[in-house]
Amino acid sequence: MIEIADQLLVLVLLINLVLLGTSRLAFAIRAVAVQGVILGIIPWLLHPFSVHLALITICIVLVKGGLIPYFISNAVKKARIRREMEPFLGYLPSLMAGAIFTALAFLFAEQLPLAAEHRDLIVVPASIATIASGFLLITTRKKAISQVLGYLVLENGIFIFGLLLGEVMPFMIETGALLDLLVGIFVMGIVINHISREFSSIDTSRLQALREE
Amino acid sequence: MYLFQIIPHILLLLLMPPLLLGVINRTKSIFAGRQGPPLLQPYYDLAKLMRKDAVFSNVTSWLFRAGPVITLAATLTAALLVPLAGSPALISFNGDMILFAYLFALSRFFTAAAALDTGSSFEGMGAAREVSFACLVEPALFFILITLARLGKGLSLTDIFIALTGMQWMQGGAVILLLAGAMFVVLLAENCRIPFDDPNTHLELTMIHEVMVLDHSGPGFGFIQYAASVKLFVLGAFLVNLLLPFKADNPLYGWILFIVCMLLLAVLIGTVESVMARLRLVRIPQLLATAVVLSAFAMLLSLR
Repeated sequence: MIEIADQLLVLVLLINLVLLGTSRLAFAIRAVAVQGVILGIIPWLLHPFSVHLALITICIVLVKGGLIPYFISNAVKKARIRREMEPFLGYLPSLMAGAIFTALAFLFAEQLPLAAEHRDLIVVPASIATIASGFLLITTRKKAISQVLGYLVLENGIFIFGLLLGEVMPFMIETGALLDLLVGIFVMGIVINHISREFSSIDTSRLQALREE
Repeated sequence: MYLFQIIPHILLLLLMPPLLLGVINRTKSIFAGRQGPPLLQPYYDLAKLMRKDAVFSNVTSWLFRAGPVITLAATLTAALLVPLAGSPALISFNGDMILFAYLFALSRFFTAAAALDTGSSFEGMGAAREVSFACLVEPALFFILITLARLGKGLSLTDIFIALTGMQWMQGGAVILLLAGAMFVVLLAENCRIPFDDPNTHLELTMIHEVMVLDHSGPGFGFIQYAASVKLFVLGAFLVNLLLPFKADNPLYGWILFIVCMLLLAVLIGTVESVMARLRLVRIPQLLATAVVLSAFAMLLSLR
C-alpha cells in the first residue's frame, strides 16, 4: 500500500509541473482538483482505518475536488478569461524552475534528520516541492486566478507534510484549515470579480495604479 | 544464440518496419472515414523506388550520394543493438547504449549534410530545424538511458531489458511510466511524427524531415524511406521492451506478443496523429523540454 502512495505522490509532483507549464486556466483548475482528490485518497493508504480519518478524507475530497473548483471556474466564467497571457516568467522557464526546485527538494530532504519509517517515502520531498511550486505560481503569474491556484497548490504542499502526522493531527485542526481554505477561495472569487469589473481585466499588476498620489 | 532465434529476429527486423507505416496510415484513414491505401502500400512504394533511376543534380558532391547509404547503414546497425521479444540483441557489449544513441546522431548528421550539399535554401532550413530539435531530444534520450542503466543494473541494452521484470513494476511503476511517456515523445520527435512534423505535408516552409530529402530520388530516396521506417521500428521496440518486460516461456508466444504490441503501438501513433494538430514551430521546444523534465524526474526518483 505504501508503494502505491508513493506512486500517487509522483503523480502529485507531475501535476505541479503541468500547472507550471500550462496556459489554459480551465485545464489548470481541473488539474488542481485532481491533485486535491489524490491527496484525499493518500491518507487511506498510509494509515489504518478510523472514523476520524474517513470523515477528514471525505471532507477533503468534496471540498478540494468539488466545491473549490466550482467557485474558481465560476469566477473564470464571470471574468470571461480563458488563458493566462503574459506571466512574469515564461512557461518554459517556470517549468524548468519547477523541475529544479523538485530536484533540490529531493536533495534537501536527504539531509533532514527524519524518522527511519519516513525516510523511505517521498512524502517530505514531495511536500517541499509542492510548496515551492505553489510559491512559484503565486509570484510569477499576473492573473489573480492563477495566483489563487498557486495558493491552493501551496496548501496542498502543507497538507502532504501533514500526512506524516496522520493520527496525531486533531480532527478540529484539519477541518478548521479546510474551512479557512474554502472561505478564502470564496472571498478570492468575489475579489476577482470586483477586480475584473473595476479594471475590465484581472491583471494584478494593474493594482499598482491604486496607490495614492 | 541459436539459429532458430537469430533467423526470425533478422527477418522481423528487416521485413516488419514498413508494415508499421502501413498500419499508421490505415488508422489515420479510418479516423478520417476514408478507405485509405492498402496496408502493404509502403512495400509497393519501396519496390517502385528501387526500380527507378536516380537523378543527381550536378552541383552536388559525393556527400549527397553517401547520405542515404550511411543513413540506412547506421540505422540498421542501431537496430542490431536492440533486443526484440526477449531474444537478446544480435550485437551486445558493455556500453552499447551510447553507440545506440549516437548511431542515430550519425545518420542525422549525414542526412543534414546531404541536405546542405544541395545548396537549396529550403533544405538548409529543414536541416537547421532538424538539428536544433535533435539537441533537445538528446538530453531526454540520455536521461532515459541513465535511468534504465540504474534500473537494470547494466550498461548494455540487452542486459537492461532482461533485468527489467515485473519486480521493477511493483517497486517503481511510476519511474517506468515516466520513462515510457518521455520515450514516446522522443519516438514521435525522432521519427518526425505529428505533433512535431507532418510526414504528409507538402509545404516546404513547415516541413522538417521531409524537406531535407526533397532532392533525393530513386533508390537513394528508397533507402531514406526504409531507414525512416526502421528507425520507427527500433525506437518502438525500445518502448515495447520498456513497457512489457515479457518472459514468455515459449519463444513463439514471445514473438507473437511482440508483434501484436508493435502493431498496437502503430495504432496508438496513428491515433495521436489523427486527434492532434501539428504544433507551431515555436511550441515544439516546449514539448521537448517537457520530455526532458519527465525523464530527468524519472532519473531523480530512480536515484533514491
